[in-house]
Amino acid sequence: MNIQSCVEVRNEWDIVKARQSGRNIAKELGFGTVDQARITTAISELARNIYLYAGKGEVTIERTEAGSKLGLKIIAADSGPGIKDIRRVMEDGFTTSGGLGAGLPGVKRLMDEFTIDSKENEGTNITAIKWLR
Amino acid sequence: MDKLIIQILNESRERIYSRWMDEMERAREDHRLQSITDATYEDTNNELFEIIYTHIEQNVHRPTERMTEFAERLLKVGWRLSYITQGLQTFRRIILAVLLDANHSSEKVFNMYDEIDRWIDPIINQLINESSKNWENTVSIQKVALQELSAPLIPVFENISVMPLIGTIDTERAKLIMENLLTGVIKHRSQVVLIDITGVPVVDTMVAHHIIQAAEAVRLVGAQCILVGIRPEIAQTIVNLGIDLGQFPTKSTLFKGMKTALEMTKRQMIDLDE
Repeated sequence: MNIQSCVEVRNEWDIVKARQSGRNIAKELGFGTVDQARITTAISELARNIYLYAGKGEVTIERTEAGSKLGLKIIAADSGPGIKDIRRVMEDGFTTSGGLGAGLPGVKRLMDEFTIDSKENEGTNITAIKWLR
Repeated sequence: MDKLIIQILNESRERIYSRWMDEMERAREDHRLQSITDATYEDTNNELFEIIYTHIEQNVHRPTERMTEFAERLLKVGWRLSYITQGLQTFRRIILAVLLDANHSSEKVFNMYDEIDRWIDPIINQLINESSKNWENTVSIQKVALQELSAPLIPVFENISVMPLIGTIDTERAKLIMENLLTGVIKHRSQVVLIDITGVPVVDTMVAHHIIQAAEAVRLVGAQCILVGIRPEIAQTIVNLGIDLGQFPTKSTLFKGMKTALEMTKRQMIDLDE
């Protein structure tokens, strides 16, 4: 079984599309309603970041396995301006757009695993995994 | 169109027809038309072929009425425009091959090429234009319809209003929510406004931010917001995200919110004793 979905993010409606497909895949993998909400919210945050800061990018949602564990992996990639200081964006309340500044640290708390990779002027690549319990 | 071209095309009509039908059959899956019965598909193909041929004879450089009607009819039942444009393009490819086979001087062939391009391209362009205009029209109408449904403020009791939110909140809607809230609060002289998010599928930081801003603005005009309809899973994600909704009261259901609102305006609900 190979479930995967890739959504290009260019406008606000693509964010809705991304989280819709995320919710479908989460449901298919057997996640409960609370985890479904966590996953869709995380996708929403990541997709919105792409839309706000990079303009366009891609959100890939796929099934992942490690040993006997089954999980859902979100990959958000863009070739936008990148993040200058990763440590600061992971602090609660830090924002450059006048928002709440809870996005990235929030996603980290919503998901089980979180890695961020960004180079200035090259782009950002974020991977987050939620394991099925 | 050049008499010679028309003559060649009429002479080899059978050959063109069978090649064209073959190609259309092969392209059927691309247009997602597998579910249509073979007979219908063939009939439609026949009709399109017929229309294209009459086009040649009439020698017009834009879609005839029959062509536009045909296109409209197909689009209405959910066929893709690409079926017609691809049909025309395939037709061009085939007749060019047929004309080349007829063996003329290279200059003559080039002229034919040019003429056929000038004949087919405007037809394709206009079909595309018309269909995209159609879509744009539909989208703008729906946008207006959506806006009307977007964020109504309903006065329920004296001084108490409710704003039920349903569906995704984007930037445009968030603006509308804020405007309707503020104008409504003043118009209905509300003291308490209940914002119901039962129908909002995802509350992320942006949605939360907009709600907080709206509540703050309502506070500035002298009223109080209560956020109701917070489902358990939404409550958990809000906590995970670390969003602080502590500045205003929140309730799980509209009913509980209404009770609180009545208390805030010094009223209460009582059962009538027999």
